[in-house]
Amino acid sequence: MNKAKWLRHLDEYSLILIFIALFVVLSFTVEYFFSWRNMIGLALSVSQIGMVACTMMFCLASRDFDLSIGSTVAFAGVLCAMVINQTGSVTLGILASLVGGGIIGFINGAVIAKLRINALITTLATMEMVRGLAYIASNGQAVGVSKESFFVLGNAEFLGIPSPVWITILCFIVFGIMLNKTVYGRNTLAVGGNPDASRLAGVNVDTTRIYIFLIQGVIAALAGVILASRITSGQPNAAQGFELNVISACVLGGVSLMGGRATMSGVIVGVLIMGTVQNAMNLLNIDAFYQYLVRGGILLAAVLIDQLKNRGQAD
Amino acid sequence: MSYLEFRSISKVFPGVRALSDISFKVETGRVHGLLGENGAGKSTLMKILGGEYIPEEGELIVGGEVRRFQRSRDAIDAGIAIIHQELQYVPELTVMENLLLGRLPSKFGFVQKRQAIAWTRTQLQKIGVDIDPLAKLRDLSIGQRQMVEICKAILRDAKVIALDEPTSSLSHRESEILFRLVRELKAQGKVMIYISHRLEEVFTLCDSATIFRDGRKVADYPSLTGITRDELVNRMVGREISDIFGYQPRELGETRLEVRGMHGRKIAGPASFSVRRGEIVGFFGLVGAGRSELMQLVYGADKRMAGEVRIDGKPLPGQGIRDAIRSGLVFCPEDRKEHGIIGCRSVSENINISCRRHYRQAHFFVNDKAEAETADGYIKLLRIKTPNRQQKIRFLSGGNQQKAILSRWLAEQDLRVLIIDEPTRGIDVGAKNEIYAVLYELAAKGVAIVMVSSELPEVLGVADRVVVMCQGRITGELQRGQANEQDVLSLALPVSDAPQLQAA
Repeated sequence: MNKAKWLRHLDEYSLILIFIALFVVLSFTVEYFFSWRNMIGLALSVSQIGMVACTMMFCLASRDFDLSIGSTVAFAGVLCAMVINQTGSVTLGILASLVGGGIIGFINGAVIAKLRINALITTLATMEMVRGLAYIASNGQAVGVSKESFFVLGNAEFLGIPSPVWITILCFIVFGIMLNKTVYGRNTLAVGGNPDASRLAGVNVDTTRIYIFLIQGVIAALAGVILASRITSGQPNAAQGFELNVISACVLGGVSLMGGRATMSGVIVGVLIMGTVQNAMNLLNIDAFYQYLVRGGILLAAVLIDQLKNRGQAD
Repeated sequence: MSYLEFRSISKVFPGVRALSDISFKVETGRVHGLLGENGAGKSTLMKILGGEYIPEEGELIVGGEVRRFQRSRDAIDAGIAIIHQELQYVPELTVMENLLLGRLPSKFGFVQKRQAIAWTRTQLQKIGVDIDPLAKLRDLSIGQRQMVEICKAILRDAKVIALDEPTSSLSHRESEILFRLVRELKAQGKVMIYISHRLEEVFTLCDSATIFRDGRKVADYPSLTGITRDELVNRMVGREISDIFGYQPRELGETRLEVRGMHGRKIAGPASFSVRRGEIVGFFGLVGAGRSELMQLVYGADKRMAGEVRIDGKPLPGQGIRDAIRSGLVFCPEDRKEHGIIGCRSVSENINISCRRHYRQAHFFVNDKAEAETADGYIKLLRIKTPNRQQKIRFLSGGNQQKAILSRWLAEQDLRVLIIDEPTRGIDVGAKNEIYAVLYELAAKGVAIVMVSSELPEVLGVADRVVVMCQGRITGELQRGQANEQDVLSLALPVSDAPQLQAA
C-alpha cells in the first residue's frame, strides 16, 4: 500500500524528475551549460514561449486550439513599431498593440463560440489573415524603431535578470492563480471536460471561451512587443512556427488536448524542457536541421508517455 | 446439457475483489438471467467472457472445452458475442456497411452495391426487423441500432449471445421486438445471457437466473417458476425492501411552476402545464414522445419558438439556462455521462460548479474552504460512495454520479423547481430508493418537481400526478390513485400504431 502510494507520487512528479535528471546530466556533460550567463540566455530564449504558453494552456484546457498566435506576435511587433514612429509615444504603441491583439483574440473567440466554427479552422484562417496584415502594414519590410526608451522594455535588467524573464515569471504566477483559484479557471477546465454538461450546469460557456481567446490575443501581443523591443524593430516575418512550439511545450507539460486537464507547474516544466534541450543542442553545435528531429521526437515521446499513463488509469 | 460453464472465476482489481469464486452453468436453448445491483460484478464477468479481462483464477468452459481468452478476438473466434450497453458501431456508415465491415463484396476494388444491399435486406428480414439497409446508423433509434448489433452477432455465427442491459433505452414496443428476437434465437439453440435491472423482463424472458452481490454468487435459480419478485429483490439487495418507492402523501401548496404555450422545433405544438409547491409530477411517454425536448425548452437549453415560464407567478427574467438557475429552476439531464457529469473533474468540482457563485470572493476567486465543506456535506448527507471529494467523478457508479448531480442543485440557495429526466436510469435498486427519498424530502420542503421517466412503475409509484405525452404533445393527465397502467399506456401509444420499429 505504501509502495503504491509512493509510486503514485513518483508518477505525479515524473515530469519534474525527468527535467531535473536532464538538467543534472547536462550540467555535468555539456561545457558552459551550468553557468550564470547560459542560464540567463536559456531563460531569455523561452520567455516568449513561456508567456504565451500560459494562455495556450487555458485554450487547450477548454478543448480548443489557437494557431494564430505566431502571426499575432509578428503583427503586434509591427503595429507597435509603426505607432511609436508615428506618434512618438512608447505607451501609445504598446497600448495599440495590446488592443490589436485583444481584437484578434476576440474575433477568434466570437467566431468559435458564437458561430460554432471549429477552432482549428478559425485560427488557421486568422493566422493567415493576421500575417497578411503584418506584411501589408509594413510593406513586407522590417520596421525599425528609433525611440531608445522602447528598448528598455526588452533589455532592462533587475537583480541581474532581464525584464522579459521577469514578465514571464509574472505570467506564470498570475495565470497559475487564475487556473487554480478563480471561477474563470475552474470554468475553463469544466468546459474542456464536458462542454454540454457545463452549459447545462449554468456555466457561461460562450463567454468563457471568448475570454480565453481574448486574453490569449493580448498576451501574444505582449510577447510581440517584447520581441520587437529586443530586436529593436517590428518584423512581419517574425515568430513563424511559434504557435507549434507553444503548443508543444503545453503538451509536453501534460496539458490534455482532450481538455479538462492542465497544471501550471506542468506547463512551466514543459517550457523549460523545450528550452533546455534547444540550449544544449546549440552548445553542442548540433546542426539546426537535426534540432527539428530532436524536438519532434521529444514531443512524440511525451505524448506517448501521457497516453500510456492514462491508459493505466482507465482500467 | 450445459454449453457454457463458469468454474470458480475470480478477478481482482487493485484494491478491490471484483469477483470471487463464481461458478454456474448455462444450457443450450435457454435464456439465463444475470441479476444484481450495479457493481455486483455482472459486467466484469461479461468482460471476462468477452476476453477483455483475464481472470486471476478459474476457468471458462465453452462447448466442453476449457478456454483461456487472452483478448477479445479469442472470444469472438470461440463463438461468443457480447452486446454491450454502449454499442460498437460506426455511426457515419450505413446499416449495410456496418454489417459488412471489412468484407464488402467487390469486383476490381469497386463495391458491388446492389448485391450488398440485397444481401443485407435478406439478413435483416431473417431476424424479422424492417430497417433500410442504406440508413446511416446515427439516424436510427437506439433500438434499431441494437437490432443491427444483434444481426452482426448472428452473422458471425455466434453460439453464445450476451445482452447487457439491452432495454435500458428502448421504448416499450422496441423492447417487445427485442424479446421476440431473443425467443427466436433461443429456439434456434443459442445460449443467451440476459442482464437487466428490470425484473419484469427477467420473469417474462429468462428460464434460469443467477444473482450476484458484491462480486459473489448469492443464488442460482435453475427455474424461475414460482419465484416471486420480492424474493429476487431481497437476494439482490441483501435486505428486505417492502416498497421500493416508499411514497407518502404530502400537503400540496400554491402553483409554483407554470409553463404556458411552450413551443419549439422538436415538439409538435404548444404545451402548457403547471406544478404546485411540494408536488411531484411524473411525465410519462415512449422514447421520442417529446418529454425531454419539452423540458429542455422550459429550462432554456433549447431555443423557444413561443411560450412562457413563470415561477411563483413571476416570469423568468430571460430565456437562458442561467436565468432559469438564478430563478431557482434546475434540471438533471437524462444522459448523465454526456450531459450531466464532467468526467475528468473531481466530485467536488462537479458539485460546486454552479453554486460556487454564492460564495466566491470578489466575484472572481473560488472559496476553497466553502467548496470543500459543501462537497463533504453532500457526500455525507446523500451517502455518495467515493474515497474522497477529490476523486474523479467518472470512477463513481451511476447511482453515485446521480447523487452528485443532485447535490449540485441541492446546494443552490433558493431551489424552487427541480426537473429531473430519468432519475434512476441504469441505477441499482438500493440507490434508486435513496434518490426517491431525496425527491420526497425536497417536495416536503415545497420544491416543485417534474420527473420525466420511461419506467411506468416508477411514474405510478412516485408521482402525485402523471402527465402523459405522445408524439410531441401532452395527451392526458391523471391524478395519483386514478392512474393505472392501462390508462397511462393508452394515452402514451400513438393512435395508429403501425407494427414496425419507428425511428425515435
